[in-house]
Amino acid sequence: MSASAPDTAAKPRRGFRIDLKTAGPLLALALLVLLGITLNENFLSYSNLTNVLARSSFIGIIAIGATFVITAGGLDLSVGSMAAVIAGVMIMVMNWLIPTMGIGWGVVLAGMLAGILLGGVAGVFNGLMITRGRIEAFIVTLGTMGIFRSLVTFLANGGTLSLNFNVADVYRPVYYDGVLGVPWPIIVFAVVAIAGEIVMRRTAFGRYCAAIGSSEQVARYSSINVDNVRLLTYILQGVLVGVAVLLYVPRLGSASSTTGVLWELEAIAGVIIGGTTLKGGYGRIWGTVVGVVILGLIGNILNLQSLISPYLNGAFQGVIIILAVLLQRERLTS
Amino acid sequence: MASSVGESAPIILAASRVSKSFGEIPVLFSIDFDIRPGEVHAVIGENGAGKSTLIKILSGLEQPTSGSIIYDGQTVVLPPNGAAEAMGIVLIHQEMNLAEHLTVADSIFLGRELKKFGFLDVREMRKRAAAVMETLHVHVDPDARINTLSVADKQMVEIAKAISRDARVLIMDEPTAVLSVGETQTLFEQIRRLTARGVAVIFISHKLNEIMELAQRVTVLRDGQLIATVGTEALTPDSIAQMMVGRELSNLYPPKHEPDVDAPAVLTVRNLSAAGVSDVYFDLRRGEILGFAGLIGSGRTAVAEAIVGLTHRTGGDITLDGKPVDFTRVVQSVDAGLAYMTKDRKGKGLLLNMGLRPNLTLLTVKKHLRAGFLDSASETRALERAVRRFDIRARDASVAVGRLSGGNQQKLMLGKTMESEPDIIIMDEPTRGIDVGTKQQIYHIIAALAAEGKSIILISSELQEVIGLSHRVVVMRGGRVAGVLEGAEITESEIMRYAAGIKQSGNDERISA
Ligand SMILES: Nc1ncnc2c1ncn2[C@@H]1O[C@H](COP(=O)(O)OP(=O)(O)OP(=O)(O)O)[C@@H](O)[C@H]1O
Ligand SMILES: [Mg+2]
Repeated sequence: MSASAPDTAAKPRRGFRIDLKTAGPLLALALLVLLGITLNENFLSYSNLTNVLARSSFIGIIAIGATFVITAGGLDLSVGSMAAVIAGVMIMVMNWLIPTMGIGWGVVLAGMLAGILLGGVAGVFNGLMITRGRIEAFIVTLGTMGIFRSLVTFLANGGTLSLNFNVADVYRPVYYDGVLGVPWPIIVFAVVAIAGEIVMRRTAFGRYCAAIGSSEQVARYSSINVDNVRLLTYILQGVLVGVAVLLYVPRLGSASSTTGVLWELEAIAGVIIGGTTLKGGYGRIWGTVVGVVILGLIGNILNLQSLISPYLNGAFQGVIIILAVLLQRERLTS
Repeated sequence: MASSVGESAPIILAASRVSKSFGEIPVLFSIDFDIRPGEVHAVIGENGAGKSTLIKILSGLEQPTSGSIIYDGQTVVLPPNGAAEAMGIVLIHQEMNLAEHLTVADSIFLGRELKKFGFLDVREMRKRAAAVMETLHVHVDPDARINTLSVADKQMVEIAKAISRDARVLIMDEPTAVLSVGETQTLFEQIRRLTARGVAVIFISHKLNEIMELAQRVTVLRDGQLIATVGTEALTPDSIAQMMVGRELSNLYPPKHEPDVDAPAVLTVRNLSAAGVSDVYFDLRRGEILGFAGLIGSGRTAVAEAIVGLTHRTGGDITLDGKPVDFTRVVQSVDAGLAYMTKDRKGKGLLLNMGLRPNLTLLTVKKHLRAGFLDSASETRALERAVRRFDIRARDASVAVGRLSGGNQQKLMLGKTMESEPDIIIMDEPTRGIDVGTKQQIYHIIAALAAEGKSIILISSELQEVIGLSHRVVVMRGGRVAGVLEGAEITESEIMRYAAGIKQSGNDERISA
C-alpha cells in the first residue's frame, strides 16, 4: 500500500487479493451457510439441504446454459416462458399418448424426448433470429418470452394442464427418488455442471464463446464462425431448459401460465453472482453453480428464522446481485 | 531551430524523480523530465520502456508511486481520469479513446458541450467541429459516426479534439503511427502553429526522422530508466537509435536475396473488385516479398480483406497455386495456407481482456486439441516458442494483453498469425508502433520467411520499409493498381509519383512481365 515500500514482501499479499476476488462467491456461500447454522439447527439437516439443492437444480441447469449464452455476448430472456411451454407440451404429449402406449415408462420417455426436442427447436429459433436475422438478442428473446408465455396460456386455456394421475405416479420418482439418497435433480445438475465446466474450459467451443463475447470482430478475423457458435449457445440453452423441465414436471405434475415465471431473471442473477461478466467475454460455470445455490439458500434461510419476514426474499437477492456486480467492477479496473 | 519562447520561458510542467510500479513490477525509476512553453520535447524508447506510463503520470491518468509533478512551479497532485484537461494538460492516447457510437462533432466537444439556453447547441458544435477538421485538412462529415471512420481518420478526430481544447501542454502518444506522410505533415503544421502560440508539446514516436524534424529536445528511456535528455541538434537518427536500444544498430534491413524470376506464381489476382477497390491485379511469386504502397485509403487493406474472404468480393479471379479459389470465410483461406494479419490490433487482432496464451492460439485452437479437449501444455509450449522467436516481453503470460506495451501486442499478433504456418502471409502495417530494435528483428524475420520459400505481401505506409524489403512493389491509388515497380524503379520518388497520380502505368504490359 505505502508508496515507497520495497517490493519484496508484497507478493503474497497480492496473490491473496486476487484470490479474494475469484473466491468472492464461495466466500459469500460460506457466510450464508454459517448464518444458516447459527439461525436454525435444522439448516444442516439432510432433508433441508437436499430440499434446497433439488429446488435450485432447475434454475441451476438453465443458468449453466445461460452462462454460455452470456459469455458469448448474448442474452436469453425467454427461458422462463420456454420452460412453461415445454412443461405444457410435455404434459399434453404424455396424456395424448396414453391411449396408444398405455401407462408406463414408455409414455414418460416419449414426453421427455418431446421436451428436449422442443427446447432445442426453441433455441434454434432464438439463435437464427439473432444470428441470421441480425436482431439484438434482447429484442428477440423479449419477443419469444411473450410468445411462449401466451402460448402456454392458450394451450392450458387460461387454466392448468394436469398430467394424467397414473402417469404422474410413474414419473414422480424422477423428482423424489435418487441414488444413495441424493435426488435425481441434484445428480443431473451436478453432471450438467461438470460437463459445462469442461466444455467451457477445455474445448474449442468454450474458448470461442469467450472470444466472441470479448470481441466479435477479433473472433471473425481469427477465422471463428461467429454465427454458428452463437447459434449453438442458444440451442444448448434450449436443450438445457428442456432437461430442467423434465425434472420439474414430476414435482407438481401440472403446468399453467404461472409456471417458470421470473426464472430467466433468477438464472441470469445466478450467472452474474458467479462472476461471469454480463457483457460477455468471461464465463465461469462453477461460479454459476455457486451463484444459484446462494440464491436458493437466501430463501431457505429466511424461511427458517422468524426475525425477518420471508417476503423480503427478493430484496436480499437483489442486494446480493448488486454486491456481486460491484465486486466484478473492481476486478476490471484494478 | 528552437524558437526563443522555448529556451527562455520558465518550465511549465516537470516530473521530479518520478517512479512507478504496477503491483510489485517497477516500470519507471526516478525519472526527471521537464518541458517549456513553445517547445516540442520528444520521448523515445523501446517498446515497454515506459513512455506511455510517463506521460500518463504527467497528465494525471496514473499517479506516481514516488516523486512529484511540478506544474507552473508548484508541486501538484494532478486530478485523475482526465480532469487535468481543465488545467490545460491534454493527452492524446496511444490507443484511441473515442466512443464508437458518437458522431465526430459529439466526440470533439465531449465533456464541454456548447449550450444555448441550457440545451445543446448542436449547430454551433457541428460548425466549429467542421472548422477544426478543415484546418487539419481532414474530409470527414461532422455527423459521421466514429465507428464508420478509418483508423487514420479516427486519429485525426482525436487530434482535432485535443487541439480544439485550450491546451497549455499537449501530450501525444504515437499520434503518427496510423497516419500517412501527408497527414503527418498536416499534423506537424498544426503542432508548429500551436508551439508558436506557446503551447508545450510532448511527442512520442518510433519514427526517428519525425523526431529530428519536430523536436527541440529528446528524452530517451530504456527499461524504465532515464538514459539522457539531449537537444536534437547534437543527434543523428543513428545515435538516437543506439541510445534507445543500448547497442549499435547496423543493417536495419537485411540484404535482399535475389528474387527468383522463374519461381511460380503462388497467388494471382485478376480484375478483383470489392467495396472500395476495382480491377486490381497482381502476381505473387514463391519466395517473394511484394510491397503494397499507397496513400491511406487507397484500398490496400480492402484488397487483402477481399482476398481472404473477410469482405464480399463483387468480381475477379483469384488463383492459389494455379487453382481458382473463392474464399467466403476466413477459415477457408487459413486452411489453404493464406493468412492475413490485420493492422487494427486492438479492434480486430487481439482479445485485450484475455491473456497471451488464448490470444496466440485463437486462430489455431484446433491444433491444440487432444481427444477433443484443449491441451493447455501444448498451448504453453506454443507460447514459449513464440515468446522466444518474436521476443515478446510480458511480465507473465496471464497478464491481460491490453496491458502489454503497444509493440509487444504487435509482436504477439505476428506470433498468432504465424501459428497457422501459412505459405502466404499478408501483413498489414506489421511494424506499426514498434521500436527500431524490434523493427530490425521483424524485418529479418520477414526476410527469413521469404528465403524459406514463403511468400509475403507487405502492406505498409512506411515507404522506407517497403523499399528496404520488397522485391517488387504494387502502388495503389483510389482503389486501383496505379503501377507495379521492380528493381531499380523502387524508389521513394517513383512510388510517390504513382501514389499521387502523377504517373500511371501503361497497364497490361506489366502483368506479363
Ligand atoms: N496498467 C498496467 N498494469 C501492469 N503493467 C503495466 C500497465 N501499464 C503498463 N504496464 C507495463 O509497464 C511497462 C511500460 O509500458 P508502457 O506502455 O509505458 O511502454 P511504452 O514505452 O509506451 O511502449 P510502446 O512503445 O510499446 O508503446 C510495460 O512492461 C507494460 O507491460
Ligand atoms: Mg506506449
